[in-house]
Amino acid sequence: MSAQATSTNRFLQIFSGPFGALLALLYAVGVTYVLTLDPRSLLGRLLLFSALALIYFIPQRPAVKFLLGAMLVLMVVPAIGLRNPFLLEIGFQVAVFATLALGLNVVVGFAGLLDLGYIAFFAVGAYLWAFFGSQQIWHVDEPPGTFTVYATFPFAAWWFWLFIPLGILAAAGMGIILGFPVLRLRGDYLAIVTLGFGEVIRVLANNLDKPINLTNGPQGITPIQRPPLPEFLTSPELLATLSRWAGRPINANDVYGFFFYFLGLLILGFTIIIARRLDRSKLGRSWTAIREDDVAAVAMGVPLRRTKLTAFAIGAAFSGAMGVLYAANRTFVSPETFSLTASISILVMVILGGLGSIPGVVMGAAVVTLLNIDILQSLSLQLSSLRQGPDLIPLLGIPWKELPTQLDPARYQRFFFGLLLILMMIFRPEGMVPAERARLELHEEEGEAIPDAELEGDLAPDEKLAD
Amino acid sequence: MSVILELTKVTKRFGGLVAVNAVDLRIETGSISSVIGPNGAGKTTIFNTITGIYKPEEGDIRFDGQTIVGMRPDRITAQGMCRTFQNIRLFHNMTVLENILVGAHTRTPSTAWGAVLRTRHFKQAEEEARQEAQRLLLYVGLPRGLGDQLARNLPYGQQRRVEIARALASKPKLILLDEPTAGMNPQETESATRLFRKLRDDLGITVVLIEHDMKVVMGISERISVIDYGQKIAEGTPAEVRKDQRVIEAYLGRHAESTTISMH
Repeated sequence: MSAQATSTNRFLQIFSGPFGALLALLYAVGVTYVLTLDPRSLLGRLLLFSALALIYFIPQRPAVKFLLGAMLVLMVVPAIGLRNPFLLEIGFQVAVFATLALGLNVVVGFAGLLDLGYIAFFAVGAYLWAFFGSQQIWHVDEPPGTFTVYATFPFAAWWFWLFIPLGILAAAGMGIILGFPVLRLRGDYLAIVTLGFGEVIRVLANNLDKPINLTNGPQGITPIQRPPLPEFLTSPELLATLSRWAGRPINANDVYGFFFYFLGLLILGFTIIIARRLDRSKLGRSWTAIREDDVAAVAMGVPLRRTKLTAFAIGAAFSGAMGVLYAANRTFVSPETFSLTASISILVMVILGGLGSIPGVVMGAAVVTLLNIDILQSLSLQLSSLRQGPDLIPLLGIPWKELPTQLDPARYQRFFFGLLLILMMIFRPEGMVPAERARLELHEEEGEAIPDAELEGDLAPDEKLAD
Repeated sequence: MSVILELTKVTKRFGGLVAVNAVDLRIETGSISSVIGPNGAGKTTIFNTITGIYKPEEGDIRFDGQTIVGMRPDRITAQGMCRTFQNIRLFHNMTVLENILVGAHTRTPSTAWGAVLRTRHFKQAEEEARQEAQRLLLYVGLPRGLGDQLARNLPYGQQRRVEIARALASKPKLILLDEPTAGMNPQETESATRLFRKLRDDLGITVVLIEHDMKVVMGISERISVIDYGQKIAEGTPAEVRKDQRVIEAYLGRHAESTTISMH
C-alpha cells in the first residue's frame, strides 16, 4: 500500500509549480469542453467530479486550488446547467447531503458519539418549514385525505428566510433533547438509543395526522412555498437572454434551479467554515479528548455533559438549516425521506470520506450522492434503452431484451454501497481523505519513524531549565 | 501551616466491598506527601474519590477550605486540583501539544462563538495557550520538537512527563501523582523525582504521590500516610513510618522478623 501511495504522490507531482497549475486548468477546460459537446453525458459529469477531486489533491497553493475549484463550481456548472438543469439538481443534492454529513461528522467523527438517527434533525427542519410554509395550519382540523386548496398561505413565502435560523434553533434544541438521555451511554448503547430516536421522529411524522393533523401522515405535506425570487431574476429580459444562451426556453422554474444550487452551496460553505474553525478550537480539542478518553478528559477539566450536548446541538443545527431548504426545494415533504436507511446513508458518506476529515466527508457525500441519483440511474436508463433495441449482449449472444429486470443497476444501490464499504474497510479504513489523526493512527508503520535523536532529546534537561 | 486538602472519615464502598474505610488525611499547603500501601490497598480509589470520579458514601473532603464532595470532577479541576494516572491516560491520538492544551481547558478563556467568528480575543487566547503549553513542555524536560508528535508514539518515560505537563496546564494548587515513576529506570526515576521537587520549590504546588518505589518515597516525602485494606494504618515522617510495626506487618506479613522496610 505504501508503494501505491508513493506512486499516487508521484502522479500528483506533475501538477506542482506554475506548469502544474496550467495543466490542471487545461484539464478543467477539457472537461468543460466535453460537457459543452454533450451536457447530458454521464461521462462529462464524472469527468467534472474527477476534475474537482484532482484540484483538491494537487500540490498547489490553497488560493490557486480555490480559484480553480470556484471556476468549475460557480461558472462551469451553472453554464452547463442552463442546458441541462439536472446538473444543478445533482449539485444541490450534493450540497444538501454534504452539509448533513458534516453535521454528523461533528457528532461521530469529532466527538466519537455514534448517532444512527441523525436524519431526524433533518426531518425537524424540513417539517418546520413544511408546516408553516404550506397551508397545513389550515388543515389541522380536517381529517387526513380531504384536501381543500386555499388561495393564500398563512405565512408569506419570504418567511422562508426567517425559518432558516428557526430551523437551526429547532434542530439544535432537538439535539439537546436527544443528548440528555444518552449522556451516560457509550458505544453500542448510544447507537441503539439514537436509532430509536430517529425512528420515533419518523413514526411521529407518519402518525401525527390524527387527532390534529400536523403532518398529514404518510401522504406528506404539499405544496410548500419556495422563497420569492428577487424581481430582477425573473424579469422577461433576463429570461430571454438566458433562453438565447441555453438554446431552450428558460422560465422562472429554471431560475429556481440556479437559486437552490447557489443557496445550497452557500450553506455548505458556511458549514465547512464553521466545522473547520470549531475543530481547531478549544471545543474541538475537548471533543477529541472525550472521544479518546472521557475519564482523563473530565479529570483535565473538560465538562463532559456540556461538551457532548454541544456536539449534538451543533451537528443537528447544520441539518436543521438544510431541512428548511430541502422542504422548499422539493415543495413536498413526507416521512419516507427520513427513514433509517437515510441515516445510514449519511453515516456511509462520513465513513467513506474519512471519519473526522472535513474535505473527506464532503467528498464522501459527493460520491454517495452521485452513485445514488446519477450513476446507477443513468446505467439503468441506458440498460432499458438497450432493452428496447434488437441488439445482442456481447459474448453471451442473448438479446438485451431478455435480460431480467432484476439485474437493473438501480436496484443494486445498497449492494454497491455495501461492497464499497467492505472494500474501503479492507484497503483504506481511514477513508478517502483521511483526517490527519486517523492516518497516523491506522498506518503507523508507514509513517516516518521519529528520529531517535529527537526522541531522546537531552535525557534530563530539567536541570538546565531549573536555573 | 495551613491545610490545603483535608479528608474526614471518608468511606467509599463498591457493593459490599469497603474500598476506603473512614480515612482521615491532612495535606499541608506547600508540602510533598506520599500515600503508600500494598497493592490493592485502596490508594488509587482515594485519589479517584478526591478528584470527584467517585463519590464517597460517607465523610467530607475539603479542598482549600471548601467542601468538594459531590462536585463534578471538571469543577474540582477548575478549583485548582489536578492529577496524573497510574496507567498513563494520555489522549493517544492527539499531539503532545494538544494534550497539554486540553489540560489548559479551564484556563483558556476562548469560546465557541469566538472560534466561529475568529475574534481577536479568540486568537489571542489560543496563541497564549499555545505558548504556555510549549513552555510547559520544556519545563517538564521534553525537547522542543516533540509538540507535534502523537502522544502514543512517545516512549514511556516521556509520556509520563507529558501527563505531568498536561496536569500543570490547569494551573493546579495541588497535584496528585499516581505512581509517577512506575516503569522508569533508575536514571529516569531520579530525574523525575527532581521534577516533583521542582514543582513544589519553583511553582509552589502542593504534591501528593502514590508511590511504590521506597527510595523515591523516603527521599522526597515530608509526610507519609500508609493505607492497608482501605484504612489508614500509620502516618508520619519517613523515619517514623519506617519504624512503625504495623507498616512493617502490612508490607512484610504479620510474622516478619525484619524490623525495617528494605530500602533498595
